[in-house]
Amino acid sequence: MGVMIKVGMADLKVCKAPDNLTTLGLGSCVGASIYDPVTKVSGMLHCMLPDSTKIANNQNRAKFADSGLDDLIADMKKLGAEQSRLVAKIAGGAQMFAFSGNNDMLRVGDRNVEAVKAKLKALRIPIIAEDTGLNYGRTIEFYSETGNLIIKSVGKETKTI
Amino acid sequence: MSKLDLNDVGSVQFDVLKEIGNIGAGNATTALSQMINTKVDMQVPKVELLGFQELPDIVGGAEKIVVGILVNLEGDVDGMMMFMVDKVCAHNLVDILMGKKPSNDDSDFDEISLSALQEIGNIIGGAYLNSLSSLTNLVITESIPYLSVDMAGAILSVPAIEFGKIGDKALLIQSRFLDDDMSVDGFFILIPTLESYDKIFGALGL
Repeated sequence: MGVMIKVGMADLKVCKAPDNLTTLGLGSCVGASIYDPVTKVSGMLHCMLPDSTKIANNQNRAKFADSGLDDLIADMKKLGAEQSRLVAKIAGGAQMFAFSGNNDMLRVGDRNVEAVKAKLKALRIPIIAEDTGLNYGRTIEFYSETGNLIIKSVGKETKTI
Repeated sequence: MSKLDLNDVGSVQFDVLKEIGNIGAGNATTALSQMINTKVDMQVPKVELLGFQELPDIVGGAEKIVVGILVNLEGDVDGMMMFMVDKVCAHNLVDILMGKKPSNDDSDFDEISLSALQEIGNIIGGAYLNSLSSLTNLVITESIPYLSVDMAGAILSVPAIEFGKIGDKALLIQSRFLDDDMSVDGFFILIPTLESYDKIFGALGL
């Protein structure tokens, strides 16, 4: 068994089998797990906001879907991943509070999911599984050996996608 | 361009936000005390500026189950305010409100408990915002409270994302309420929009 590497909020990490990746308590943020099935290099991004170009204060590139995914892929290539082989599994983007109304602050989970999908499409990385939206938090674990993404939520059964 | 730089802890603005937090939490404690009709002491709130990575740790870890109560702010100040307590503390608060002994219960909340918690959020949130409003002479109206019981990391992602638009840190006010039988650790998070920060500072002559 390898180690379980923790990815924080607005953070990204890469590893190679037998090591694994986890991020705890995803809410409206999105956790993107990307994987090269041949070299078993994997990477995980926990991003908070959709677009680095819309925000002035953007030193932390892992905070955003667009710049975070760019950096994640670059780090994975350094470990021996091949971009044409990469596949993605994404989770998160929940709406934690059941608001009514159209305040833009509230749809941030959806917008994060849309931004991650758009960026992955631009990078030509297919999404092979997802568990996004709804109204509850998720802890995710990505296993580099099998490519399985395990999703745990409060009061719900553990899912493997 | 906004005057606010939350990464600069030495700034006057940061001191002002801390002080607003102190006064607001004090008012909220008084409101809580009146509601449960017992004397409630409050320890001096801890005001901290935390990086996103450390944020869940201070409340006991990203996977700890907490109750988050959130209200939207409108009027002169746009944004949101959140009050967060851990699940056992929330049960104890409800018990006291219902005139029962705190039970240190860890079970799921029933309908009545949930609506009691919403009311608690409403009252202490209102008291907190009232103090901000009278301090700045700004009109702040609040929405009904929204409640969520989930992992701390997931609940905190909501305010963290808003702070993320401004910088890489979040302002957290931890207040500890004490009464004879128990203590309740509560966290206040005030999240004005960037423009509203400027209005608050402007109103205070900064």
